[in-house]
Amino acid sequence: MTNDRPSEERLEQLREKAWKNGVVAGRGVDVAGGPIPRKPGYYGEPVVRPPVWTREIGLYFFIGGIGGMSAVIASVAILFHHLDLIRAAMWLAAIATILSPILLIMDLGRPRLFLNMLRVFKHQSAMSMGAWILSGFGTCTVPALIAVELHFHHVFGGTMGQLVRIAAGIFIFGSALFGMLLATYTGVLIGATVIPAWFLHRVLLPIHFGTAGLGSAAAWLELIGHRIPALNAIGYYAATVETALLFWLSINKHGTADRAIHEHGSGWLIRIGEILNGPLALILRLFGLVPFAAISFLIGALVSRFGWIAVGRVSGADPEAVFAAERL
Amino acid sequence: MIGEGIQSSNQRRHSFVKDHVEVGFFTDPSVCIGCKACEVACKEWNHVPDDGFTWSGNSYDNTGHLGASTWRHVMFLEQDRQKGNQVVGAHSLGDGDGEDPFRWVFLSDVCKHCEDAGCLEACPTGAIVRTEVGSVLVQNDVCNGCGYCVVSCPFGVIDRRPEPLPDAGGAFKCTFCYDRQKSGLVPACAKVCPTESIVFGRLDDLRVRGAERVRQLQQKGYTDAQLYDPTETSVRGIHAFFLILGEPEAYGLPPKPQVPTIYLKSAWTSAFATAIGSFIATLLAFAFFS
Repeated sequence: MTNDRPSEERLEQLREKAWKNGVVAGRGVDVAGGPIPRKPGYYGEPVVRPPVWTREIGLYFFIGGIGGMSAVIASVAILFHHLDLIRAAMWLAAIATILSPILLIMDLGRPRLFLNMLRVFKHQSAMSMGAWILSGFGTCTVPALIAVELHFHHVFGGTMGQLVRIAAGIFIFGSALFGMLLATYTGVLIGATVIPAWFLHRVLLPIHFGTAGLGSAAAWLELIGHRIPALNAIGYYAATVETALLFWLSINKHGTADRAIHEHGSGWLIRIGEILNGPLALILRLFGLVPFAAISFLIGALVSRFGWIAVGRVSGADPEAVFAAERL
Repeated sequence: MIGEGIQSSNQRRHSFVKDHVEVGFFTDPSVCIGCKACEVACKEWNHVPDDGFTWSGNSYDNTGHLGASTWRHVMFLEQDRQKGNQVVGAHSLGDGDGEDPFRWVFLSDVCKHCEDAGCLEACPTGAIVRTEVGSVLVQNDVCNGCGYCVVSCPFGVIDRRPEPLPDAGGAFKCTFCYDRQKSGLVPACAKVCPTESIVFGRLDDLRVRGAERVRQLQQKGYTDAQLYDPTETSVRGIHAFFLILGEPEAYGLPPKPQVPTIYLKSAWTSAFATAIGSFIATLLAFAFFS
């Protein structure tokens, strides 16, 4: 009551301002919506839809990548007669081939209809191709593991033993063939969409996902005790490629169109992931701290997969990014 | 044409499905009165659940955008531009000399039923199909809710319906009232439109009609009237096209929509190169460090 005068003056001021400008900005008041909306697009509503995928998908990208590339390592290990490594790698691939469909089915809106994925074969749908690649991978990996175990435990002798050995070889090569596609197609899956931050990096994504898969497979095998120079060399290769991709991503910027990669929480996830599986893993390996390098790479590979999903959510909900990408 | 009443193509029975005639919607905001009869008719006929009773504060639009439970959406645009020759009076905000253009535009948005449809290409189950009349239809009993169509639609139309709504988990969008069309009936939204802002008919007829309407409006001073039908991009045209006043961005419509299959070639090339590269790198690692 004692402060009557100043507040009346303030109201007069506001009235004056309203009359002059047609709009009054103030704390706690969103003037963007009126009288003429100033948000980009239609009241800032998203132009394309952000992905509805849940966190199972990020985990699937990670596990599928490890499994697929383990089979590749196993197939090469055959040529160099590393039987222990073949066994370990095929176990890894087999576990991945069981977990991957479970994660994918959990992510479906109607999990009971998951078999409809195999109703058609559509080369123009990366999702359809992925379903078939995963099916092929499972079809080769499980018999491959059984054959490897039969061979390892010398269950059969003579001709039968020879046949088992040959079967193991064939199935492992089949598994490697599907495996290398399983680890890389995920980049195509999200690269060939309408989400600006994804499709603008559709060439980088398969390289990143595939290489992160290879490095993760090698890192995992190292952590469970296979400390051999060949896996160390793969570790160097993967960390070097990931470091190069980190540079590529920081040079190949598209401004507003892919700002989700460089701003927001999603940008931080990408950055943290890429540093962990790129430069940090490389430095740790140079210092001979192989287990730490392996752990750093694995965490980085996992974080960046979640990062790319988060980027899709941010970028898809950003109308300005869509407009900017179409003007590029 | 407007004023045809019960003689209009919106009220006549047809045999487009039987005759395999390409059909379309032409939606014209210059005669839309924002009554939302199309939204209501769509929901009632197709048993679409509510969109969530939220208050947006964006003009008279509380629907927001198209989605799994919103197959028609009337937009309410408030713009500081002149509508045709309309002069805004001295009572509007501003300096009072009538030089303060303002216009209110309503446009009923709907699935575009693209010539090259991103959702249809992306669907891994074959749940999304092209019908005899050229529309894009989701077969609800086949869809397993993978969500890939959602990120493949350049217009952000199709979406997965969340729990606890009926039929949750599947992807939904406008069906072009395929069930009605099979019986020779006009889609519900066009049938109820009181001003024929939504016109249903043969696509070729509508394209002629749309072009004619743009000419008519431009003569009347609507200099920013244009058709929105992206025939020049990879979408190769849409079956539900629009007349718009001003830029497409203001309507939340992408200026140059692309069907994402055009990105497949470069992405798969990269994937194959990475796959082979990883195999060779592994081979070399074992060859030199064994």
